[in-house]
Amino acid sequence: MKKQIQCSKEHLLFLKKRRRHAVLVWSLRIGILALLAGLWELSTYLGWADPFLVSSPSRIARTIADLYTEGTLFYHIGTTLWETLAGFAIAVVLGYGIALALWWSETVRSVLEPYIVVLNALPKIALGPLIIIWFGTGSKAILFMTVIVGLIVAIMHMLSAFIATDKDKILLLRSMGAGKLQILTKLVIPSSLASFISMLKVNVGMAWIGSIMGEYIVSRAGLGYLIVYGGQVFKLDLLMTATVILCVLAAVMYFLVVLLEKFLVKNTEN
Amino acid sequence: MKKEILRFSEVMLIYHTVRDETVAIKGLSFSVDEGEFVAIIGPSGCGKTTLLSLAAGLLKPSAGTVTSRGSFGYMLQKDHLFPWRTIEKNLFLPLEVKRQNTPENRSRAKELAVKYGLGDFLGSYPSQLSGGMRQRAALIRTLATDPDVLLLDEPFSALDYQTRLNVTEDVSRIIRSENKTALLITHDISEAISLADRVLVLSPRPARVAHEHTLDFGETNPLKRRERPNFSGWFELLWKELNT
Repeated sequence: MKKQIQCSKEHLLFLKKRRRHAVLVWSLRIGILALLAGLWELSTYLGWADPFLVSSPSRIARTIADLYTEGTLFYHIGTTLWETLAGFAIAVVLGYGIALALWWSETVRSVLEPYIVVLNALPKIALGPLIIIWFGTGSKAILFMTVIVGLIVAIMHMLSAFIATDKDKILLLRSMGAGKLQILTKLVIPSSLASFISMLKVNVGMAWIGSIMGEYIVSRAGLGYLIVYGGQVFKLDLLMTATVILCVLAAVMYFLVVLLEKFLVKNTEN
Repeated sequence: MKKEILRFSEVMLIYHTVRDETVAIKGLSFSVDEGEFVAIIGPSGCGKTTLLSLAAGLLKPSAGTVTSRGSFGYMLQKDHLFPWRTIEKNLFLPLEVKRQNTPENRSRAKELAVKYGLGDFLGSYPSQLSGGMRQRAALIRTLATDPDVLLLDEPFSALDYQTRLNVTEDVSRIIRSENKTALLITHDISEAISLADRVLVLSPRPARVAHEHTLDFGETNPLKRRERPNFSGWFELLWKELNT
């Protein structure tokens, strides 16, 4: 029905306008980035700002090159990336599973509700010292921090999606003789797909918060470590470099989730 | 000799909330014969939908008995087609649920779809169909498991008027030609008169059968029934009975 074999002139014009708009948006996006970087570089070059305090794009580039020749660039990136991805995956899978269990049993749900509310409100960073004592000062502690930051969000997000399943559709399935497991697999899980994607998007941010926060508390490597270390010894170049790399990585990860969303939506036409 | 397929005897149903309890149905008795089309009308909030849930066995009566022979198919106000499934996959849904997803049953469901004008839409998604077509697909889905009794819960009330008349005619034709027993719940008097063999009028809550009429049209096409001179007579009678 939607296939367009021949288009009118007006339609071609419409498509052309749309394309032109997209080009405009993208050139402005890149332009703003170039302008900000250029101003930053220029202000330190002309001496308006002290590069010791604000660093500069060229210094950041040099720092990246230095880290690379030292051989520690990918070590730090890899450390943080691994903690973030592993923590993200564990939080999402575990959170989804717990949300399913809570959906399944109303009794379990009512019993655990106050605990979830408290855990959600608790600032996870307060657990920092405890985590160090329990898990030591290695990657395990950071991983744990990443998981607890994302876990509660994943649970609450998915649980509310599961509970919001259309009551009439459940009635329809029950009238067909469906049991709880069938209602879950045929209706609750597929109809919560959009919420699952939005939960992933939120949790990308949560995972980075968790891993960087974890590295602030305890670490000997990673981007969060570089930021803290750079701050302590007043190496602003290092601090800015790590921050910029973090921005890029977080954006890439978010973009991957968007790709996953496009793939899933294409395969379900929701 | 007609065989009885569904019987309510002195059924009572109480709804419980924390604040109070409500007697929704009390002393309700009626029966439906095989191949019959029975419409139930009643004032709003008299527990019509509850009645269908009782018939389908989704609710247990607080007192009295509901006996039935055969299987049920439930059709609701909205089509409730699953948007992530194609029409074809939606038609197979009850087969999957009932674990009757055999090649024969699938091809039977598809044949029904083709027979009633949905053949070209099997690969489409529900969002690509009009409201009338979607409701027709919902009926085919209900028929896919070959149920003995169709329970229709105001299946036309979400449609606009013109679509509604057409879909009513569709549904009537399909149900009659498949020789199905049907129990229709509606608040629309003219719909009940245009479709049913027999009309039951419920009392306000607690609901019981206040009046019962066998319609004398000798005609099953809903649009033609609407043109009959005795249509308005039935309408007036039922209207009065509903409002006393």
